[in-house]
Amino acid sequence: MTEKIATRVAYGKALLELGEKNTNIVVLDADLSKSTTTAEFSKKFPTRFFNMGVAEANMMNTAAGLATCGKIPFVSTFCIFAVGRAWEQIRNTVTYCSLNVKIVATHSGVAVGGDGSSHQAIEDIAITRAIPTLTVIEPCDAVETRKAVFAASEYNGPVYIRLGRAPVPIITKPEDEYKIGRGILLKKGDDVTIVACGALVANALDAASILDNEGIKAAVINMHTLKPIDKEILIKAAKETGAIVTAEQHVLDGGLGSAVAAILAREHPTPMEFIGIDNRFGQSGEPEVLFKHYHLTAQDIVNAVRQVIKRKVQQLQSLRV
Amino acid sequence: MLQSFCRDISELKMRARIIRKHIIRMLAKAGSGHPGGSLSATDLIVALYYGKLNHDPRKPNWQDRDRFVLSKGHGCPALYATLAERGYFPVSELDTLRQFGSMLQGHPDMKRTPGIEISSGSLGQGLSVGVGMALAGRLDGKSYRVYVMLGDGETEEGQVWEAAMAAGHYKLDNICAIIDNNGLQIDGPIKDILSPEPIPNKWRAFGWHVIVINGHDFQQILNAYDEAEETKGMPTAIIARTVKGKGVSFMENHVEWHGKAPNPVEAEKALAELEKG
Ligand SMILES: Cc1ncc(C[n+]2csc(CCOP(=O)(O)OP(=O)(O)O)c2C)c(N)n1
Ligand SMILES: [Mg+2]
Repeated sequence: MTEKIATRVAYGKALLELGEKNTNIVVLDADLSKSTTTAEFSKKFPTRFFNMGVAEANMMNTAAGLATCGKIPFVSTFCIFAVGRAWEQIRNTVTYCSLNVKIVATHSGVAVGGDGSSHQAIEDIAITRAIPTLTVIEPCDAVETRKAVFAASEYNGPVYIRLGRAPVPIITKPEDEYKIGRGILLKKGDDVTIVACGALVANALDAASILDNEGIKAAVINMHTLKPIDKEILIKAAKETGAIVTAEQHVLDGGLGSAVAAILAREHPTPMEFIGIDNRFGQSGEPEVLFKHYHLTAQDIVNAVRQVIKRKVQQLQSLRV
Repeated sequence: MLQSFCRDISELKMRARIIRKHIIRMLAKAGSGHPGGSLSATDLIVALYYGKLNHDPRKPNWQDRDRFVLSKGHGCPALYATLAERGYFPVSELDTLRQFGSMLQGHPDMKRTPGIEISSGSLGQGLSVGVGMALAGRLDGKSYRVYVMLGDGETEEGQVWEAAMAAGHYKLDNICAIIDNNGLQIDGPIKDILSPEPIPNKWRAFGWHVIVINGHDFQQILNAYDEAEETKGMPTAIIARTVKGKGVSFMENHVEWHGKAPNPVEAEKALAELEKG
């Protein structure tokens, strides 16, 4: 079985490394440092860690102020509070001013589990993606999280990184190339392309191997950067495979699926299916149970692929007639 | 470091009159904007930029400069005029306020205007930014100070008190909040809308040293800025009792002059009055 590590845990470790390398790195948390794992940084670099208490709006703008003075602030809390409570601070101060703030938030999606809906951010991609010029990233595993955190620290400007609470399998390798804004083709295939982000990338790979057994060759793209999204890889996939399924742990409105559809509608209209949460809130439960309930499993992706391929074939036939 | 510090009261008064005239002209030209809160804040801003701030208009990004954050961003005509008079950009730019392509946006924009430390306009955010600047200063062992001006209505925002709590908790004696206590907001007197009174007690309760002054008395203003700098171990809040629309009789204490530009006749009248002093 593949090893499982939560992306938030990889974040805490990456911060320790970064803190060592760059003394301009400062970290802010809002009384959730044990959960976000920034507590490790606070122990090692106590003078560069600021616990701002349960006051997220203030924390976000304090980070902005630190950034105006040359610091590289990493701001952490749960996704729902980071970009939900402090959205307008991110919009009007952090991003409008192009400040070098890294919002790295944890506990995205229903995989939060027991805490239930109040703590499960399922709209955060949509509301951050809507902010002009903000970079939005969701790594798929612990290895990629480290790369994303390092890449964000080297990039000059505001970044939102969406991480998870629950352990997820390691599916990428340290030596794999990683670039913000560049999607990664994880698996080749001619019949359909599954475009996924975050925890759904592992499910997409599982779905692809199930489909292999049925003789359907599915390509898999890890779209770790939601904004700016990699148009080229999408257009190429649409042209080569003629059918697309998107998969994300997010509401269908305004997330990865919406972003991909908007590009393909203009550049290369292609039959699409969408895996995501359909106009519902989350609830308490084990992540696996919730993934089943909200149709986010590998099997759900397989079903969507069959659906989209049916439409692709129909379309081809209608063209021939 | 700026060469010319001015602590001469009559000169400061003269400077303030020039700024107030700019404000009236700018708003009349733009056809929109906020005269009331610009005029109430003018003396406080003039005293800061002429008599207190360690800054250099030729080097607006000089790392050791004192910072001024206008959290009540709608009062920016007063700040723009002061920055221009101080040499951050040509005074002629003031004529472009609120026009397409102007460096002087309707609310402060740090990327367009030299001397603007942070964009603002959405109330309640500036003190938090100041807290970040103050923390950075302390971390870097720098001696610069951070001043943040808030409206009294603005202090109805919860985030202001998050920031006040943080500054008190971190004992940030390098930050000074200036509350432009003109008693009015948009829909009426603050005491009728959502009273933040008793204002001094609230700031004290959050761990701040509090100084209450007449915000149109330059001696009191300068003394308060000095006292704030001398106060160690806690941040200082200056509660400046001001008159909204100060200097233009028909605007003074009138809530409708919060966000309305004077028409040409009104502007003429206001300028004549300011000329007399
Ligand atoms: C978050 C936010 N809400 C509402 C407004 C609209 N607004 C602009 S000024 C103002 C009243 C501010 O009153 P005060 O702080 O007392 O300002 P002053 O009297 O100094 O002009 C309001 C509600 C805003 N700019 N930001
Ligand atoms: Mg007021």
